Amino acid sequence: MCSYINEKADIMGHGKGVPDWLPLTNVNVYFDHPVSAPLDHALIIDFTNPAGGTGARVAVELSAESARRLVASIEAALAAGEAEHVFVPA
Amino acid sequence: MIEGMIADTIGITGYNGDVIHAYYAQPLTGGPIPGVVVLHHMPGWDEWSKEVVRKLAFHGYAAIAPHLFHRFGPGRWDDVTAAARAAGGPSDACVLGDTEGAMNFLRAQPASNGKVGVIGFCSGGRQAYMVACKIPSLNAAVDCWGGRVIAKPEDITPERPVSVIDMTKDMHCPLLGIFGNDDANPDVEQVNKTEAELKKHGKEYEFHRYDGAGHGFFATDRPGYRPEQAVDGWKRVFEFYAKHLAS
Repeated sequence: MCSYINEKADIMGHGKGVPDWLPLTNVNVYFDHPVSAPLDHALIIDFTNPAGGTGARVAVELSAESARRLVASIEAALAAGEAEHVFVPA
Repeated sequence: MIEGMIADTIGITGYNGDVIHAYYAQPLTGGPIPGVVVLHHMPGWDEWSKEVVRKLAFHGYAAIAPHLFHRFGPGRWDDVTAAARAAGGPSDACVLGDTEGAMNFLRAQPASNGKVGVIGFCSGGRQAYMVACKIPSLNAAVDCWGGRVIAKPEDITPERPVSVIDMTKDMHCPLLGIFGNDDANPDVEQVNKTEAELKKHGKEYEFHRYDGAGHGFFATDRPGYRPEQAVDGWKRVFEFYAKHLAS
């Protein structure tokens, strides 16, 4: 069973890209002064792989409202996706 | 104003004898001129912090910003900032050692008049206040909206074991404080408490508080920038340094 479940939300923020896929082992989440996004404070999510060095990371800096929309989208996607895909034995 | 300058990243000897990076700007003059150590804000050793170094040089000060997150690298400054934040940042002992190393570097330059001040922003403002209490050879300190000068119980850690406000009795040099009245950290009440502590211990200080400004209102690359208040704030900074760092 495959679906095209996709929860969308408008956001405001900045992201730090990487040239290719990389393994991620940790995440840091905080609301503080961003490095790049034009905001006084931002919700910062920093997916990292400390074993790969300081540059092995994917980061986003989102406005507080964007972060709340993202949380709602994640919750909605998980609920819909699990209902669609996760097998529950009778 | 001295319009010519040399500016570059250099290595200096900091805490524990470690060689760390620092951004240095030297006005093109034989001197004698004072020096200023710039303590960068929480977002790190960024482009704006280096603009501050060059602004100070333009006004006739040899200026240096030690990379206080250096040990969390190697890497690009923004990646190193993320690593530093994840690890809880540098200890107060490390910041003091790196600042003293930067002061030693400034005083070792042929054009130095022997006087050195410090300026710090955000977390660096708290550090500037601490340096004023802990390094007796400092000649003047500027705290720009330093947060957590008055530490909450949860702020006390092995890396930052003492609330900076409790160091006030040991402050060795004049202090200039610049604050926005719309700031949440430090808020007006916290600034009032800090001022009361300075008064209680008879310290030489001047505070300037700005309506219509919040946290970080000097930072031209952030939405909190307030040009009118920032222009006046910088004027106060240079008046303060002219008074306390002149030959």
